[in-house]
Amino acid sequence: MRKVACIGAGMTLFRRRLQETPKELCWEASRMALDAAGLTIDDIDAVVFGSAPDAFDGIHMKGENVLDGCGGRRKPYVRVFTGGGTGVFSPIAAYWHVASGMFDCVLVVNEEKMSSCQPHAQSVFGHIWDPILDRPLKPNLVWIFAMEMNRYMTVHKVRYEDVAAVAVKNKRNAVGHPCAQLADPNITVEDVMNSEMMAWPVRRLDISPPSDGASALVIASEDFVKKHKVESPVWFSGVGWNIDTTWWTDRDLYFPEYLANAARMAYKQARIDRPRKQIDFAEPYDPFDYKELHHMEGLLLCGKGEAPTLTREGVTQRDGDLPTCPSGGLLGVGNPIAATMGIKVGELYWQLSGQAGKRQIPREIRTGVTNAWGDLMQFSSVVVMRA
Amino acid sequence: MGIVGIGIVPFRPMTPEYSWKEIMYEAASRAYEDAGVDPRADVGSFITCAEDYWEGFGIFDEFTPDQIGAVLRPACTVTGDGIQGLAQGVLQIQAGLADIVAVEAHSKISDLLTYEGVVRHALDPIWNKPLGGHPYYVAGLEMAAYLRASRVTETDCASVVAKNRRNALTNDRAAYGARIEADDVLASPPISTPLKSLDVAPLADTAVVLVLAADARARKLSSEPVWVRGVGWTSDSPWLETRSWRTAQYAQDAAAIAYRMAKVRNPRQEVDVAEVDDKFSYKEPQHLEAVGLAKKGDTAKAIRRGDFGLGGKLPVNPSGGSLGCGNVIEASGLHRAAEVVLQLRGQAGRNQVDGARVGLAASWRGVPTATGAVAVLGVGR
Repeated sequence: MRKVACIGAGMTLFRRRLQETPKELCWEASRMALDAAGLTIDDIDAVVFGSAPDAFDGIHMKGENVLDGCGGRRKPYVRVFTGGGTGVFSPIAAYWHVASGMFDCVLVVNEEKMSSCQPHAQSVFGHIWDPILDRPLKPNLVWIFAMEMNRYMTVHKVRYEDVAAVAVKNKRNAVGHPCAQLADPNITVEDVMNSEMMAWPVRRLDISPPSDGASALVIASEDFVKKHKVESPVWFSGVGWNIDTTWWTDRDLYFPEYLANAARMAYKQARIDRPRKQIDFAEPYDPFDYKELHHMEGLLLCGKGEAPTLTREGVTQRDGDLPTCPSGGLLGVGNPIAATMGIKVGELYWQLSGQAGKRQIPREIRTGVTNAWGDLMQFSSVVVMRA
Repeated sequence: MGIVGIGIVPFRPMTPEYSWKEIMYEAASRAYEDAGVDPRADVGSFITCAEDYWEGFGIFDEFTPDQIGAVLRPACTVTGDGIQGLAQGVLQIQAGLADIVAVEAHSKISDLLTYEGVVRHALDPIWNKPLGGHPYYVAGLEMAAYLRASRVTETDCASVVAKNRRNALTNDRAAYGARIEADDVLASPPISTPLKSLDVAPLADTAVVLVLAADARARKLSSEPVWVRGVGWTSDSPWLETRSWRTAQYAQDAAAIAYRMAKVRNPRQEVDVAEVDDKFSYKEPQHLEAVGLAKKGDTAKAIRRGDFGLGGKLPVNPSGGSLGCGNVIEASGLHRAAEVVLQLRGQAGRNQVDGARVGLAASWRGVPTATGAVAVLGVGR
């Protein structure tokens, strides 16, 4: 199997972007990634696009609509879709484009524009439920994630303060991120606890904000890296993805078994058998603060129920033993669903190539892991990268 | 890699007794039985080809795993045509991520009450959608441009319809087999001149699953697997205003990639049977030219000689195509690849093309896209 590297990344400001169309956001991120890699669109053999529901942008087949913004015209171009898991899944698709030997250099672009959805992006989530059993109950995402959070806290007897500490850490980490939407150097656990109750036990500051934005990565083969004398490529060492049953009501939500499966798939390829020892830092998906804890356990970085303790002890701080979400994560930088590729796989690239600036982990790091999570609390994608 | 199993649910205009899950389950069961694989143990990756708006869900990917056997296994959605999904399966196997991949595509389009509105929703929201009208005007305009640029006439297109619907009469899987003549097509009511109602493939429901396996596994599973010799997929401009209207550029580019991979130098001599997209009648000759199976300028003559009929020089759409079987949206390409598999296995029944060794399937994602994919399949060697 060919070695595959990330050789450039780009990411737009995460905000309500009323001035730009989805296509323009794609163009902006693509241009940044290509500039970072010192390439032009002519160097790109194929393009992969990632985005979550079409209904956000309000365009049927939105992958087709944005394709020239991603540089896909007259190239092999494909969109992959795994709900919220797309942020780490489309780079996996770009990986297999190159690892297959069919392409040398692939651009992967992820975009989301949630602000055009009125009155709120949440209205789209009214259509993600089973039409017979779930929809008549009129659930929304905050509602079911509150159930998952509560189940996790109940099984492991987790205190709310330890969950809120994740939001505080990530919003503080985001202070160094140029694209951040909700960075706050002074936020405290009390601020999170006192924020508006959305659906018990979820408070407003437990949740990442909806956003608009795009991100892009340039993925290339070892031959391409050598030929173009790329200075600091960051290598893919393992990829995995996994889906659980649609019937979320039939699962015990306290542990993401599908993520553990995806992690095992990626670790096997990366020859990792003791993840906690062999992985230097992590970018687990954190749309809600409890999800970071949930995902650290699903990624097998600690035992079940141990993540809150690691957080309380400062192990997951940027200068801790296992820096977690050094980017600031979705909680601090923002959550334009698929475009969070820039703070997940993008952050792995920037950290491992020493380009993370103010966010750089202050010690030598060699291996990082990230995941994204999506569909009906049922899908995860995992990428392990090495410097 | 080889195709070791196929499952096709027979096409019908409506399938009220099936849910989308049940129709997918039936196709998957047929394919796994045909391949002799256990999806829970053998299949390493599952790919579904679907678009949210066709399905009526915010995130359709959620609703795919149970009925195809993908629970707690690697599975994903490709929001594209079935041959694009097949191509992703090929890449996954080549990359060593899976040994066996199941590719699924389906159409439950009869559930959709607002087909016209959904298609219009795919037009550019600023420049094109506000113009109104049935979005098939895009096909009408393209047909007019193609007819002007080629020697192909409205009557030639009408004879394509007559051929494909007649082929469908002897295909058990087809929904719209009929004995009609070119004159019937010419006399049918206009949709968007020169496009007439019988030039348009009627919608149908189905589900199709293909099981792909790496070379060694394919040889173990099947005495004669159908090999995927080449795949290609590309897109032309999404803008109506800046794309190529006369030539199906996407099909030409996709075929170039697939032929390079398959080492096909002279497609007209090497391909024995072709299933090319015919969601509209003119698309068949336009696609044949783009993939190099008809020579620009000679296509009209070849149609009139009957070259593309069953028993002709190069049988095209012996299955009946979309015109005869039905337009099954994203499943169209995968279904045609499956029909080519049947031809190469010698299992195409009364529509069998004698001695077919190499076949081509070419897809198009329909109005208003300029995206298509090509697969070159073969047996032996």
